[in-house]
Amino acid sequence: MQGYLRNDGRKGIRNIVTVVYLVECARHVSTRIGNAFDAADVHVIGFPGCFPNEYAQTMMERLCTHPNVGAVLLVSLGCESFDRYGLAKFIEASGRPVHTVGIQQVGGTRVSIEGGIEWVKGALTNLKKKISVPMDASDLIIGTICGGSDGTSGLTANPAVGRTFDLLVKENAACIFEETGELIGCEEIMASRAATPELANELRNSVHKAARYYTTMGYSSFAPGNADGGLSTIEEKSLGAYAKSGASTISGLIKPGDIPTKGGLYLLDVVPDGEVRFGFPNISDNAEIAELIACGSHIILFTTGRGSVVGSAISPVIKICANPETYERMKDDMDIDSGRILDGKASLDQVGQEIRDLITEVCNGAQSKSEELGHTEFILTYKSFEPIGPSCLPA
Amino acid sequence: MISSTKTTDPRLLILRDEDNVCVACTVIEAGTSLVIEAQKVTLHQALYVGHKVARRPIQVHEKILKYGAPIGSATQKIAKGEAVHTHNLKSDYIPSYTLDDARYNSIEENT
Repeated sequence: MQGYLRNDGRKGIRNIVTVVYLVECARHVSTRIGNAFDAADVHVIGFPGCFPNEYAQTMMERLCTHPNVGAVLLVSLGCESFDRYGLAKFIEASGRPVHTVGIQQVGGTRVSIEGGIEWVKGALTNLKKKISVPMDASDLIIGTICGGSDGTSGLTANPAVGRTFDLLVKENAACIFEETGELIGCEEIMASRAATPELANELRNSVHKAARYYTTMGYSSFAPGNADGGLSTIEEKSLGAYAKSGASTISGLIKPGDIPTKGGLYLLDVVPDGEVRFGFPNISDNAEIAELIACGSHIILFTTGRGSVVGSAISPVIKICANPETYERMKDDMDIDSGRILDGKASLDQVGQEIRDLITEVCNGAQSKSEELGHTEFILTYKSFEPIGPSCLPA
Repeated sequence: MISSTKTTDPRLLILRDEDNVCVACTVIEAGTSLVIEAQKVTLHQALYVGHKVARRPIQVHEKILKYGAPIGSATQKIAKGEAVHTHNLKSDYIPSYTLDDARYNSIEENT
């Protein structure tokens, strides 16, 4: 495999420009700038809020310096609270070209769009000259998520991704599974797989925290479509989702923006710390995808039974369809047909290997289905976290 | 992980020996007669892919086991061969939110 070497030693599998709105008021200008380019080259991300938030600042720093990102254009209205100076400095320190368009300062929408397009054109010309270097699985971070789950997700796609994760962990890649709110009911089984007893406690506590949080909110991470697909309770959804983690030892627990320090399997705790504020932990799948990417994920393995169509800004999303009927109906959106397992036409190991092989292809530049279709969804909202404890990362 | 005993219709999966439910791996129409562990039962309701039926009689408050682990408790007595879903199974953690009208129409929509 070939990748783009960054100053921090990480390697990217894409070399894109991100256009970043720092408040909703700067989104239109950012979108217009982004739309002037091919979706493969320029992605728009941003934070809609006008009030400062430490989590959002950290997320933006990590996303703008993700190894798949080569240059960054910040778009500011001018009066928002987001610390644009701090973000620009952080990006500059990473060795990436960065430029800020201040809409109020330069004179409104039109000139901001024109100026932004001009800068991105120049940045892209320089990025195209960047030479790639060899990379291997130990350079990779792979995240996984399930969305639009049904009764087949836990039978086919999720355990198949579990097999892929087992293969990747053996190759010394870092693999991240997440959504502690969707692990409610799995806390004890999961704790029994922890590398240390201290980590086992951290894993257990993260699920207890999620159960408390969702109980306060009044809803579990269980959508009506899950019930249509045959899932009855959050525990049932959890057990199916948990299968994505495979069978490896769990090496660590991280929070959004923490980057795994070495290869192995990590749980990403996405449920905020402290009292319940700012609403639901993750308002939709892309909020979790953005967090997986902020932890350095190069690729997201997305399993779906009901048929999600989303992709993401920054990192390619590979869609693994669990349900054979959904696959027939929504083929154009699906990279892998794991529903074959139900008919006995393929084994979990075969599909796990198929996903592993596709990861290499996508790393080498092949577009996933969601990339081909131009999906670059992104969402970031308010949250707050405490730093992870000392026993959360492998020694 | 996926296994099915020889005496059970191949359209149903028994995931673990200790489970008291099995899972449909294809759409099965209402009125279909099926064999579950050497005993013939008639489905009163269509089963969509991934939906569950009781593998043996289940008492009220009994834990429902799938993947060898509890996924909630029965809210009423469930007969062998009866569908097990949100109408007779509840979470032991947080109640499930559903759109009741959509739940059973999905079978027609999807076939």
